[in-house]
Amino acid sequence: MSALSALPLSGQIINLLAAVLLLISFAMLVQRRILSLIDLFAAQGAVLCLSTVLVAVTTGQRHLYFSAAITLVLKVVLLPWILHRLIRRLNVKWDVEGLINIPTTMLVGIVVVVVAFNLALPISQLAGTLTRPTLGIALATVLLAFLMMITRSKAVPQVIGFLSMENGLFFAATSATYGMPMVVEMGIALDVLIGMIIFGVFFFQIRTQFDSLDISHLEQLKEK
Amino acid sequence: MNPAALTLQLLELVMALLLAPLLMGWVNQCRAWTQNRKAPPITQPFRLLAKLFEKDVVLAYNASSLFRFVPYMLFACMALVCVIVPVLSTDLPFSPAADVIALVGIFALARLFIALAGMDVGTAFGGLGSRREMLIGFLAEPALLMVFFTASLISRSTALPTIVESLAHREFVIYPSLAFAGVAFILVSLAENARIPVDNPTTHLELTMIHEAMILEYSGRHLALIEWAAALKLYAYFSLGFGLFFPWGIPQGTGVGNVAMALPALLLKLAAGGFLLALIETLSAKMRVFRAPEFLGMAFLLAVIGMLVHMLLEVPA
Amino acid sequence: MELAALLAIPLLGCAVLALLGHRRGAPEINGAFSLATLAAAAALTVRVIENGPLRLWQDQFFIDPLNVFLVALTAFVGFTTSLFSRPYMRVEREHGRLTAGSMRLYHSMFQMFMFTMLLALTTNNMGILWVAMEGATLATVLLVSLYRTAASLEAAWKYFILCGVGIAQALFGTILLYLAAEPVLGREGGALLWTQLDAIKGSLEPTVLSLAFVFLLVGYGTKVGLVPLHNWLPDAHAEGPTPISAVLSGLLLNVAIYAVVRCKVLVDGSLHTHFAGNLMMGFGLLSVGVAAFFLSRQRDIKRMFAYSSIEHMGIITFAFGMGGPMASFAGLLHMTVHSLTKSAIFFTVGHAVQKTGTQIMDDIRGLLGANPTIGWGLMLGSLAILGMPPFGVFASEFLILTTAMHEHPWATPILLVSLGVAFAAIFGKVQPMVFGETTARRLPHPPAILPVFVHLAAVLMLGLWIPPYLAEWYRQAAKFIG
Repeated sequence: MSALSALPLSGQIINLLAAVLLLISFAMLVQRRILSLIDLFAAQGAVLCLSTVLVAVTTGQRHLYFSAAITLVLKVVLLPWILHRLIRRLNVKWDVEGLINIPTTMLVGIVVVVVAFNLALPISQLAGTLTRPTLGIALATVLLAFLMMITRSKAVPQVIGFLSMENGLFFAATSATYGMPMVVEMGIALDVLIGMIIFGVFFFQIRTQFDSLDISHLEQLKEK
Repeated sequence: MNPAALTLQLLELVMALLLAPLLMGWVNQCRAWTQNRKAPPITQPFRLLAKLFEKDVVLAYNASSLFRFVPYMLFACMALVCVIVPVLSTDLPFSPAADVIALVGIFALARLFIALAGMDVGTAFGGLGSRREMLIGFLAEPALLMVFFTASLISRSTALPTIVESLAHREFVIYPSLAFAGVAFILVSLAENARIPVDNPTTHLELTMIHEAMILEYSGRHLALIEWAAALKLYAYFSLGFGLFFPWGIPQGTGVGNVAMALPALLLKLAAGGFLLALIETLSAKMRVFRAPEFLGMAFLLAVIGMLVHMLLEVPA
Repeated sequence: MELAALLAIPLLGCAVLALLGHRRGAPEINGAFSLATLAAAAALTVRVIENGPLRLWQDQFFIDPLNVFLVALTAFVGFTTSLFSRPYMRVEREHGRLTAGSMRLYHSMFQMFMFTMLLALTTNNMGILWVAMEGATLATVLLVSLYRTAASLEAAWKYFILCGVGIAQALFGTILLYLAAEPVLGREGGALLWTQLDAIKGSLEPTVLSLAFVFLLVGYGTKVGLVPLHNWLPDAHAEGPTPISAVLSGLLLNVAIYAVVRCKVLVDGSLHTHFAGNLMMGFGLLSVGVAAFFLSRQRDIKRMFAYSSIEHMGIITFAFGMGGPMASFAGLLHMTVHSLTKSAIFFTVGHAVQKTGTQIMDDIRGLLGANPTIGWGLMLGSLAILGMPPFGVFASEFLILTTAMHEHPWATPILLVSLGVAFAAIFGKVQPMVFGETTARRLPHPPAILPVFVHLAAVLMLGLWIPPYLAEWYRQAAKFIG
């Protein structure tokens, strides 16, 4: 494969990390336990951070170091820690039962990946970055996280899906354009953090109200 | 035909026959260690085989000739696989036969016969085991094929020697698709070799056993052959895995120097792989039989994603 | 200077009110800050009218006729809503539905919401626009669940998750936009600045832009409440406190549409086709139709008017989708009058609900007897929102319909039937609420009537006579949208 060998080693490693990212997304999609789900989310953040650093080293884009640092602090350390604390405080450790069974979810997941790859193909060819092939994976990560939010009936996995979706978007920004301008990235990080805090507040409110974090309690408001 | 190559081919066969039980013993040993038990000696499988060969064969009244024929068939199939998978060199007389699709076919053939044998005597356990075995095979085979396809897409060939050569002897390139295929392959191997978490090779618990249920009626040398064949199968999967994912150390030539280099590499990889297997088995819990489709579905999915990733990342745009 | 004041005042207000908490004067301080914001907005407006479009702070902010009119509208409705919320929230507090902590949260987040809205409107950076839109969700989501009832929690959760997911799609669209612009403008050239993008829109890659627009429309469209992404909207409106329903309907939806329109301008410039417009027209028509038919099935008064908001957002989206100076003019006008009318309606609805103690329309009767001003306010507001002639909504809807007849005759029957169904549904339900025997009780605080009638008077005026400078302003903005 001439095209592949033409890539420098760092590019290959980034590709590999992208593949690992996709793998983790799938693992999250089929994971039943909440604590493992949080660990997977942290792992996803770590892979993201690593690949961002690699891109930064290879291309000399200074600001990507900051992005990587934000990712490390926010998504590898802070958010998983908050989530762990929440789980402990709320004392919820049960299995995450989805609305659809796991094999079906996986099959849908494959379809989603195919769609994402096809959608990203024409665009990634226009991008001028080293990492452009990974745009498809980024989109797939976003859509898989979306799928996870749809198929899970509990609050915590939905939130993790939401955060994982943000990871995918971050990866998309890195792979398509070497990251967004600094101001925007700071803003996004801030939004995510505040969002997380609000989620935390919500967990407590929901639990006080229903004695459970099952979202199916939240299905009373429907059109009659 | 090159006599040196022929010798090497023979050597490969003999080595497989000897190394396979040793590998089994090594895995059991590692498992005992990781579980804080006293380990049996590494040669324990040989002792078992010797004991079984000495014993008389006891056959059920209604066993047909198929029942007696199956152990030989099984052993032959696995030995054949071990011979054609490139281990010591990619250029051996039997190498042209090593097509990955054919390999899947040979495994399927063996599976068919052992499932028939399980049902032959007509006991409840035999039928149960056969049914479960076919269920697992039905799900594992497509996944295995997908793994092979991913590997062959990279080297554009389904011939194992070519795959090994193109991965081992070209410029070093990272293939993310192989990472997926590798994980899928491990899952399939666990299922196919009746290891935890799909099956437990060491129990005869009727609720969970699969492989053991089918061979419950065998005894004496028949059982010995089947056990040996099982060891060969494990060995074959290990060498397949090495060929596809860690082909470094498998030389192209057939000279003495090449073999001298290949052998330590092989032993090292087997030792590491065996330890890893023991570790996986120790760390995971046996799952319910009904979870097995999910497990293999995941393997299939990973293999498919491997292929997709290959299309996305590794095909020149 | 005016801009700095415009953005700093609400931010300061947020901090002050957060510190001050639920002291007696909090609602008045809230009102004062809103008034100051309105003053800053007015000053900014005057400056833009005199000097033309402004670019400030290294092009990070950009004021042109399109957004300055929305800034003025936002500040105005924000101010009147703060007037309305003063007695309303006091009553809620005295009825024991709210705690001291929630009052603090409410006042502080109200200012925060104003800040994010104004930031979204004035920023020139598409990325910051996204951040501000997300910030607006975050600021209001806890307000929706202010009452801590099961239903309000559910509404807030739905609002948060749906809008969060939606806005994530918009972020992806923004990334694609940046991807398309970066080769042309370079990293340092401010490839996310709207003015820069606008200048080079002809050389942006069309495939990327069309895909980007799909994501942006889905993303911001979720906040607009376009069908089928509208599920959060009726719940959030019905379960949150009424002042929040008023600003959600009157302001947030407008700002979301503004974001979509900004994106559409870029995409049109790159594609030279009617792709973006067609998409918007499709979504718009679907929203109008679906919302109209849901209207008749509502029992909760706030839910019903929430569906009416979806319907009107559909009309506006459709108008901008058609494009052209006429339709865009009508769309802008409709944004203005809808925002004024809908917030006025929510003000009266809020008081009516407090008087009768229920949101179920069958239990609300005889408002006219209980409090004539509220009764007349609701009646007139409903007539206005239904597009009865002397009011401004009639003018804008008429313009949109005639343009549609001219350019897309196939769409006119759908619009007409939907408007008719909506009319029958709303009028049929409002009429018995206003007339008939009263069941209401006396409230400890007199209702704030002034905002309702100021709004309705403005709408009436816009229906009869649009001041020339305002018309000029619309015309410029419409030219700009194309």
